Amino acid sequence: MLDDFFTRALIAGIGVALTAGPLGCFVVWRRMAYFGDTMAHSALLGVALSLFFQINLLIAVFGVAVVVSLLLLALQRRQSLSADALLGILSHSALAIGLVLVAFMTWVRIDLIAFLFGDILAVTRTDIALIWGGGVLVIAALVRLWRPLIASTVSEDVAEAEGMKPAQTKLLFMLLMALVIAIAMKIVGIMLITALLIIPAATARRFSASPELMAVLASLIGALAVIGGLFGSLSYDTPSGPSIVVAALLLFILSLLPAAGKNTAVRAGNQGVR
Amino acid sequence: MLMSNRARRPKAENQLVSLANAGIRRDGRWLVRGVDFSIRRGEVVTLIGPNGAGKSTTAKLAIGVLRPDEGSVARLAGLRVGYVPQKLAIDWTMPLSVRRLMRLTGPLADADLLAALESTGIPHLIDAEVRHLSGGEFQRALLARAIARKPDLMVLDEPVQGVDFAGESALYDLIRSIRKTTGCGILMISHDLHMVMAGTDTVICLNGHVCCRGTPEVVSQSADYLKLFGNSRSLAVYNHHHDHTHLPDGRVMHGDGSVTDHCHPDDGHHDHDVHDHAHDHDHPHHHHHGDHAEAKGEGRA
Repeated sequence: MLDDFFTRALIAGIGVALTAGPLGCFVVWRRMAYFGDTMAHSALLGVALSLFFQINLLIAVFGVAVVVSLLLLALQRRQSLSADALLGILSHSALAIGLVLVAFMTWVRIDLIAFLFGDILAVTRTDIALIWGGGVLVIAALVRLWRPLIASTVSEDVAEAEGMKPAQTKLLFMLLMALVIAIAMKIVGIMLITALLIIPAATARRFSASPELMAVLASLIGALAVIGGLFGSLSYDTPSGPSIVVAALLLFILSLLPAAGKNTAVRAGNQGVR
Repeated sequence: MLMSNRARRPKAENQLVSLANAGIRRDGRWLVRGVDFSIRRGEVVTLIGPNGAGKSTTAKLAIGVLRPDEGSVARLAGLRVGYVPQKLAIDWTMPLSVRRLMRLTGPLADADLLAALESTGIPHLIDAEVRHLSGGEFQRALLARAIARKPDLMVLDEPVQGVDFAGESALYDLIRSIRKTTGCGILMISHDLHMVMAGTDTVICLNGHVCCRGTPEVVSQSADYLKLFGNSRSLAVYNHHHDHTHLPDGRVMHGDGSVTDHCHPDDGHHDHDVHDHAHDHDHPHHHHHGDHAEAKGEGRA
């Protein structure tokens, strides 16, 4: 069964989506979309370094994502620039440096488009093992971290005051995010990883009465988007990443239709601020 | 960053928390300094003082959210804290019911959960989504959450903000009764001097340092207190003239909602225009003050 490239892509993609769902919810709740983007863009730098030093791609991408996120935390603490501007600088610099480095290495020929937008043809058995292995690791860690993560998302001060360690929780969360970016890169591509994190979570919001339900629904909706996107990619010969994101977007739009949700449009519009 | 301070035990056995000459500095400026007080079991300590006096900062020092740069803070080992922060911004994208909020930092039996909500008068809202609550209902939910934890120490930073007048005195009665029934210590921050004074053992008047302290009767007669507040009626007026707030991280939030690293009179943020103050008060405390980008756009328009 795994001999068929499409089946492999499907299994890998579903694995990525199931992992990305709960993590994506936190990205949405914590307003870290741009942060996720920055980590994802830095993945290309990881790709370049992996080619240059001949090290494992996954490890290089994970390493660079971790370094970039730690750098970001350190810079934010100095408060010389707004977090927004810092993210903008790091995000695009990492992407640009990655592109420049790849261009320098004239002796390697890589399919840049495949890295930027995903490539279903490239999925190997090893990739599947890494995706599902990493996915199980991420989900297990999230389950263990669940209460402190939710608590510190609502209020870091309350979590800290009531005996939790929000700083440590945040660090672990960023490691998980780096791991997901590393394993998701091949399926959706560097430019679109954040979309796979955010769009299913946003779609799940309307149907969820609790954070736990939203996390599970985000996984399922993501898996649905992967299936739809990959079939679309196959029949229209489009790159896998963008096709999956388009499928996710279609599901999101469907979820906005008034009849789709339990909540009425009025209630949804009454979101206010709190 | 004196991490070792966390480990130091309070001297007296019944002291839950004690601050000794505690101070915290951000960007070379002391937010509070030389703060000295302790809270015993069953004691209610109330911090009063003008905006920016360091009341919330002092409370955060006491419970370990902030660490002192000078002096020391000692907490009883294993101290169980129930905290109602001054501001709490929950992103509306998180589906959070009151029931789920109650279990935020630890498991809780259904009976305790319901009892706490009943005591703050909102048992009917148990399955309501937190984002649909009014300001006062939200405060009641936060207070119920802190109570349900059965803490050794409750830290209540303006716990009745946004609560209607009748509800206010009921909630203060509740806080008093909790102290009596559970024997927990309470550290409270409030502007409602009349309300608070009745149920407080020790009042500490802050303005970057401890101005005066004592029983409510003593403090309300002291010269320092009168100098700061005149009488309690003028307290509200005083707030309106204060055009910036020193955030716990050392930055300064101005009347126009923007945030800067330092506090300079000539940086264009200090607007004494009456109109601006009116605008400020359109936003109750529990709303999105954390959303700087939005507030900035509004303020500079």
